[in-house]
Amino acid sequence: MSYNMTNVLGILFANTHDGAVPELAAKRTIASIPFGGRFRMVDFLLSGMSNSGMSKVGIITRSNYQSLLDHIGSARPWDLARTDGGLTLLAPFGRNNDSGLFKGKLDALSSCLSYIRHTGCEYVVLSDCDLVINPDFTHLLDVHIEAGADITAVCHTDTYSEDETRDASCFKVGPSGRVEAVSVNRAMAGKRTMDLNIYVMKTSLLISLVEDLVSLGKFSFSVDVLQGKCAELNIHAYEFSGFYRRICDLESYYHANMALLDPENLSKLILRERPVYTKDRADAPAKYGFDSSVTNSMVANGCVIEGVVENSILFRGVKVEKEAMVKNSILMQDTVVGSGAKVENIVTDKNVVIGDGISVVSAESCPLYIAKDRVVK
Amino acid sequence: MYNKKECVAMLLAGGQGSRLYALTKTVAKPAVPYGGKYRIIDFPLSNCVNSGIDTVGVLTQYQPLVLNDYIGNGQAWNLDRIHGGVHILPPYQTASGAQWYEGTANAIYQNLSFIDRYDPEYVVILSGDHIYKMDYSKMLQFHKEKGAECTIAVIDVPIHEASRFGIMFAHEDGSVYDFVEKPKEPKSTLASMGIYIFSYKTLKKYLIENENDKEATKDFGKNIIPALLQNNEKVFAYRFDGYWKDVGTIDSLWDANMELLAVDVDLDLYDTSWRIYSNNDSAAPHVIGKNAKIQSSMVTNGCSIDGTVDFSVISGGVTVEEGALVQYSVLFPGAVVKKGAVVEYAIVGENSVIGENAHVGAAPETIENKDEWGVAVVGHELNVSDGASVKPKAIISESI
Repeated sequence: MSYNMTNVLGILFANTHDGAVPELAAKRTIASIPFGGRFRMVDFLLSGMSNSGMSKVGIITRSNYQSLLDHIGSARPWDLARTDGGLTLLAPFGRNNDSGLFKGKLDALSSCLSYIRHTGCEYVVLSDCDLVINPDFTHLLDVHIEAGADITAVCHTDTYSEDETRDASCFKVGPSGRVEAVSVNRAMAGKRTMDLNIYVMKTSLLISLVEDLVSLGKFSFSVDVLQGKCAELNIHAYEFSGFYRRICDLESYYHANMALLDPENLSKLILRERPVYTKDRADAPAKYGFDSSVTNSMVANGCVIEGVVENSILFRGVKVEKEAMVKNSILMQDTVVGSGAKVENIVTDKNVVIGDGISVVSAESCPLYIAKDRVVK
Repeated sequence: MYNKKECVAMLLAGGQGSRLYALTKTVAKPAVPYGGKYRIIDFPLSNCVNSGIDTVGVLTQYQPLVLNDYIGNGQAWNLDRIHGGVHILPPYQTASGAQWYEGTANAIYQNLSFIDRYDPEYVVILSGDHIYKMDYSKMLQFHKEKGAECTIAVIDVPIHEASRFGIMFAHEDGSVYDFVEKPKEPKSTLASMGIYIFSYKTLKKYLIENENDKEATKDFGKNIIPALLQNNEKVFAYRFDGYWKDVGTIDSLWDANMELLAVDVDLDLYDTSWRIYSNNDSAAPHVIGKNAKIQSSMVTNGCSIDGTVDFSVISGGVTVEEGALVQYSVLFPGAVVKKGAVVEYAIVGENSVIGENAHVGAAPETIENKDEWGVAVVGHELNVSDGASVKPKAIISESI
């Protein structure tokens, strides 16, 4: 029998890597960036935790978290509205004249230690929200316990580009699976074992690490724990083999969305036994008009399509009017493409209006972003 | 302690809906899917919430499993309330014995103690048989203004259809002076929509009297309304002129779905000021494949479409494989249409699988004898094997 997952606390960092996608995270956390037609980034980790039987999850926020608050609500869609525990938003906690804005993960955790202690959980799982992933945390816990590790870090071995490794840690893993060395934020192309920033450890270990290191003015989990203590602690690498995408800039965001058009990817990300939950808006089904033509696209409820759509992701409530043409684009919630308009290689944020007959076309290698509420005339 | 409520709704959801045949073999009629992501009961439930009625008793009896599961704690309709909310009310055993619900009036009678707990002034009686958007608060306002004991919502129907309904006769001011249940030769076109508002004291009195009458059939249309009229109680007809569709037969259910695909739809499901809520699973948006052709259709989250879909309503989680053709059809949640299969002028039940190159239904223009044509129906959880065919008008409730 697997470990009792109600004794595992989840901690999500809503703002880590906000700077990676300045366009999309200008007015929201990376956790609340819309993804895949109806989801937001936080849905993936939150659903994974809930589906794995975890009943206590804290989300650490730093700034711009109104959209996240609105999305999470009572946390019922993720089955995390619980009498005991459930979802807790951990907003910056100011002390004395300090604004409470933290400098690193350890600093952020240090202001949440009373929450962490109060949950009484034996284990804790830490994760960022820049991943599109559907991990089975039950399996992660079992592997962690069996390996007798102090910390287990989820990673993936692949050939990466410089851009992909610029804001990431990479591991040198020994034959037994132990992490022997860690490089942090070094842009190095090639075959690497990249840290996915999902960690499991005993809650007591996390608390002592945070207390010890923060008192020394050390705030970085990657540098001060993984790199600094990999000789001292048994850090075990857990190679993740399922589908995942990491969002590290607008282009990777674009391609991660487009990856869902491949049915094989989609079926690996959203499983019948481990669905991805999100806040619902009670939209009617999508409606296709008399002259519509839609191929190779993902379309959410509430869309009304009367034009042509190819290789695109349409979030809920998008309208594509007559004779409009949408190609290789991501149109977020309630975007309107006017009649006769042409949109190609574009990412529109929520409520963007492309006026009748307007043409907005970017190069295929460089998707163009149009900010929330913009009216393009 | 229960908070007093001005108005409580009682939704009669126990009917078998026998004229939907295979589609109601395992589910109660109010739980029959409609419009891609809804079930029929979403309409009265959403109407209640949007009208400000937050206490709804749902009376179930026939095949309640799917319905109970679907309603859950009512959260999807914002009916998970501290005071009130949605309550499922099946028949129950008492010290004096156990009794099934015998007629609509008896079903409400058996739940008088539920209503009493909220001490309401008014009770709305609804059914789970119709597709419509209606503000019950306006009808209640009318009821109060007229000082009525009972107000019945009515709609004008074509005279040739009037014999299917309970027909009202009303004066200019709306006061009802006669009522005939399903008249053979109708003389009025004011049809009862099966929506009643009663002043509760009057309702309770008449229900108790009806219950004590051993001859009575314990039905609103047959007993309660005629008894009110006989005693000269103030009964008023409230005219409704919006979209209202009975979906109690295969043809009307198919029609009502097809009407959603018209260019000017009478029932606007995209109107955000009167949303119709439904209890949805958390599927991803639907995916349209490279070979797909979709026109004049509605498609719901969780679908995977790589075939041709024309003039059809596709519910959640449906798969239409490459080379399959679906036209003028309604596919219920989870249905699968395999490669090369054709589904036309048909309704395919939940999770049923239409095998490769199978053929379900036919276009009316291809049938010489028009009497042989009709909508083909495949029931729930069935398999139509590869290459098999389901004739137009056929209704299958076993795999073939």
